[in-house]
Amino acid sequence: MNTTSNRKGKIKDINGPIVTIELPGVQNGEQVRIGSLGLYGEVISLEGNEALAQIYESTEMVRPGESVEGLGHPLSVELGPGLIGGIFDGVQRPLEAMFLKAGDQIPRGLSPLPLDRDKVWHFVPSENLEPNMPIINGAVLGRVQETETIEHRILVPPNISGELIELAPEGDYHLEESIGQVRDQQGEIHHLKLYHRWPVRRPRPYQSRDNGIEPLITGQRILDTFFPLLKGSKCAVPGPFGAGKTVVQHQVARWANADIVIYVGCGERGNELVDVLDSFPKLKDPYTGRPLMDRTLLIANTSNMPVVAREASIYVGITIAEYYRDQGYDVVMLADSTSRWAEALREVSGRLGQMPVEEGYPAYLASRLAAFYERAGRVDTMDCGKGSVTLIGAVSPPGGDFSEPVTSHTKEIIQTFWALSKELADARHYPAIDWVDSFSADVSTAAEWWHENIDREWEKRRSQALGMLARDAELSRIVNLVGPEALSSAQRWVLEGAALIKEGVLQQSALDPVDTFSSPEKQFMLLDLILSVYDAGADLIELGVPVQELSEMSVLARLRRCKELYDSNQIDQLNAFREEALNDFKEIHSEYAQRGEQPA
Amino acid sequence: MSAKEYRTASSARGGLLTVANVPNIAFGDRVHIRDQQGNTRNGQVIRSSDEEVLIQVFEGTSELDLESTWVRFLDEPVEIALSPEILGRIFNGLGEPRDYRPPIVSSLRRSISAAAFNPAARTYPKEFIQTGISTIDGLNSLVRGQKLPIFSASGLPHNRLAAQIVRQAKLPDDDSRFSVVFAAMGVSYADARFFQEEFASSGVLGNVVMFVNMADDPPVERLSLPRMALTAAEYLAFDLDRHVLVVMTDMTHYAEALREVATAKGDVPARKGYPGYLYSDLAEIYERSGRIKDRHGSITLVPVLSMPSDDITHPIPDLTGYITEGQIVLSRELHNQGIYPPVHISPSLSRLMKDGIGKDFTREDHPHVSNQLYALYARALETRNLASIIGADELSTRDRRYLEFADAFENRFVRQSEDEDRSIEETLNLAWDLLSTFPPQALTRVNETEIAKYHRQSV
Ligand SMILES: Nc1ncnc2c1ncn2[C@@H]1O[C@H](COP(=O)(O)OP(=O)(O)OP(=O)(O)O)[C@@H](O)[C@H]1O
Ligand SMILES: [Mg+2]
Repeated sequence: MNTTSNRKGKIKDINGPIVTIELPGVQNGEQVRIGSLGLYGEVISLEGNEALAQIYESTEMVRPGESVEGLGHPLSVELGPGLIGGIFDGVQRPLEAMFLKAGDQIPRGLSPLPLDRDKVWHFVPSENLEPNMPIINGAVLGRVQETETIEHRILVPPNISGELIELAPEGDYHLEESIGQVRDQQGEIHHLKLYHRWPVRRPRPYQSRDNGIEPLITGQRILDTFFPLLKGSKCAVPGPFGAGKTVVQHQVARWANADIVIYVGCGERGNELVDVLDSFPKLKDPYTGRPLMDRTLLIANTSNMPVVAREASIYVGITIAEYYRDQGYDVVMLADSTSRWAEALREVSGRLGQMPVEEGYPAYLASRLAAFYERAGRVDTMDCGKGSVTLIGAVSPPGGDFSEPVTSHTKEIIQTFWALSKELADARHYPAIDWVDSFSADVSTAAEWWHENIDREWEKRRSQALGMLARDAELSRIVNLVGPEALSSAQRWVLEGAALIKEGVLQQSALDPVDTFSSPEKQFMLLDLILSVYDAGADLIELGVPVQELSEMSVLARLRRCKELYDSNQIDQLNAFREEALNDFKEIHSEYAQRGEQPA
Repeated sequence: MSAKEYRTASSARGGLLTVANVPNIAFGDRVHIRDQQGNTRNGQVIRSSDEEVLIQVFEGTSELDLESTWVRFLDEPVEIALSPEILGRIFNGLGEPRDYRPPIVSSLRRSISAAAFNPAARTYPKEFIQTGISTIDGLNSLVRGQKLPIFSASGLPHNRLAAQIVRQAKLPDDDSRFSVVFAAMGVSYADARFFQEEFASSGVLGNVVMFVNMADDPPVERLSLPRMALTAAEYLAFDLDRHVLVVMTDMTHYAEALREVATAKGDVPARKGYPGYLYSDLAEIYERSGRIKDRHGSITLVPVLSMPSDDITHPIPDLTGYITEGQIVLSRELHNQGIYPPVHISPSLSRLMKDGIGKDFTREDHPHVSNQLYALYARALETRNLASIIGADELSTRDRRYLEFADAFENRFVRQSEDEDRSIEETLNLAWDLLSTFPPQALTRVNETEIAKYHRQSV
């Protein structure tokens, strides 16, 4: 990228991952390599002729006086075919290749290229392009089939536009081969390849922003039906340890109707990434029938990897997400966990001696968080129509306390909040998403979609269910004060109905092969079925049927199990069961109606 | 390798020693410090610049005087010597023998701060370990390569539980036992002796490596001790193909030592005075467990920690829970009722259980049985709460059944004796005894086939 020869300097001070260097002419944000191992890092501040660099790898046994090299460019990622299906570390080093090359542990100073240079790709140039045409940045030069389902659109890099001088014919090309030439306004000629580089801390350009219009369907009932998230929106999943943040994110990665899924394991467990690597190739994308890995990409900075690369990892992830967005795709990026990213910021700022404001975090925490989430959105791309990046960040509040800085700042930024609760998780109510603390600012937009595509009653049924859950909480408080005897039959039937909603709709096992995914049709059917049963029961109670008799109906046990008895393709069977269930109520109804007609 | 020696110490405070005018010392370098009595202390460089270096002194800096202190830079990282001879031995946190036997002589020396495992090199842990303890095997199963801590508190029998796990852990149909690495930080003599006698009486002593730092030993040594222990464990697992069970106690003392040093360094505190990097530091330790592709051995990690003031939201248990693959939580309430092991199942969790149990590993009904017991017990605890407010007599018959279940669960399922080694079959059958006190339609977490096969009313 940079043609000037690299500058040399030396190390002055080593304080863990923060190293003071002397490197004349170095720029803020510039990439450096330090010491005899050539460890990678990035300049984060300048003062006089000294600069501070954060190093992405352990600095053990590095010494003052060793040499430093400035690379002349900021931290950038390679963007081109071959990303999908891969696993990269926090600075986009390919982990699979590193494993084959260097063994079980990640050695220092190793820097294999992210994209495979030996691989050939079949390139098909865009038909509408001809030499001597003006061409803009982000224009589609041609296509490459990256995976069975993903057509990779080769874009003119964001910083280049001008006149197309040459475009390669259809054929097989290596990444480094030229597939076109563009002359810019200054007359400089750029050779374009199948890939380009882009600095991770600079958002990629687009034409304009647009509002989200369509919900992301995740196949998770409590998410889609109760707290919908729009494509292009931003969402946080906060919760104490073990409450289910990672499972929620894995479920979204598995079942969401997105084109591309980018999963960033930021400061979390190594085994959780292995879980994805093991299970995704065996699972089928419910929309395309192809292995899930064909649309998935992993970025891994596990909790034991150097902290500084953790800070970089989410920028690497979001930049790749934007790149696929620019190709016109709906991308979902999951970051588990943004708290670890914030902690990495804190660690670096602490080492720099910056003034902490709350719980050791620097004053710029809120603005960094906001700027990061701002990179989500649905946009008009330069040349590929609409594209979107949906951002879902896990938050891991210390002690599960949502008032801590990262959770509270995040809450102000996002539109959808899936709050996980320890109480629910302890009772093994999964997903442990608290229906009181969670919210979605986009229910009315989502409702339009549901009404059009699934059922006109969606919003009404959703509100009715939430209303019952709220009544349930109230009534339970009364029971806990004075006992169940204080409640009327109708009130006790509300408790029963709420229990049915919790067990039959809200609880959804990620581990059950049937229940793990619920199509929107099935979601609505289950909700509507349970509410219809509740309504039918409420009528009977008006007629004087004792609540006891209703609670003991055998059909209720089956109702609780419907979710795992019928999969998303068995809507007919579910309908048949519905008839059967409501019939049982009708029978009781006619029985009591007859009795009611007879004088006592 | 030319070691460099200096006599330019310029300050000594809280376990940290500063030495001036010592150019080009490597970060992380190992250091020998000779005090005025001529005794040698050990240290490690934790900051290095042209002008001065900062050294963390493992034995502490008390009674050091600046004039007569000699500092020798060894030009190597902190390492441990490894050979099969480490089995049966006892070391301190610096890897020096504390059993009055000669040091390990070996050409194989490894830095104790190993590079992180490449996630692409890991395999997902899946093999169920039978500990013989129902609350673990049945409800929070441990698998080979998992990191599953015990959250305890002062006065609770975590050591006895850890010892029972060490004694009984095996694969269900394989009698080979684990090699054990035992890491003790800041423990009392009584506790250290307890473990030693335990290992001796169960005949595993020759298969155990112990790293011990007593309560009155220098706290800074606690920082290197778990890393010594895990480097030894990695050697046993991945060089010698053994299945290793690492027991660490007490991680709270470790974290306190870390805080002590951090405070002396002037690091910005995050919560309760603990430095912001406590999470990453603990993760460096805990993430060294696991399974690696094409390697026969494994490292299963059971750290024990005491929750200060029984508070699970305290940074030490909290950050641990965020890193480990679940936790076994002990309860003072159960302990006070005389129930051993006092495992409180509600906050306990094993995240790797899902792939290690069921048809191919334990029994087909296991996942659902576990779920069902959890759901019933959660409901039973609510009912017990209610009963304590309105009185048990006010409860419906349905609710009373839950109350009885809670008692039976705690007294028959949770409670077992210290030498009771229940097979997973026995644990699951016991579970069905309890489930069968409910009519089948009340059991919605187990499926109809399982009910038909195991529910006592159906059989
Ligand atoms: N929908 C679900 N279905 C079944 N089990 C679930 C579900 N959600 C969570 N669990 C259970 O909860 C456990 C913990 O979930 P998870 O690992 O997602 O927690 P977490 O919030 O990410 O915790 P941490 O912050 O420590 O990473 C899982 O291992 C699984 O056993
Ligand atoms: Mg998680």
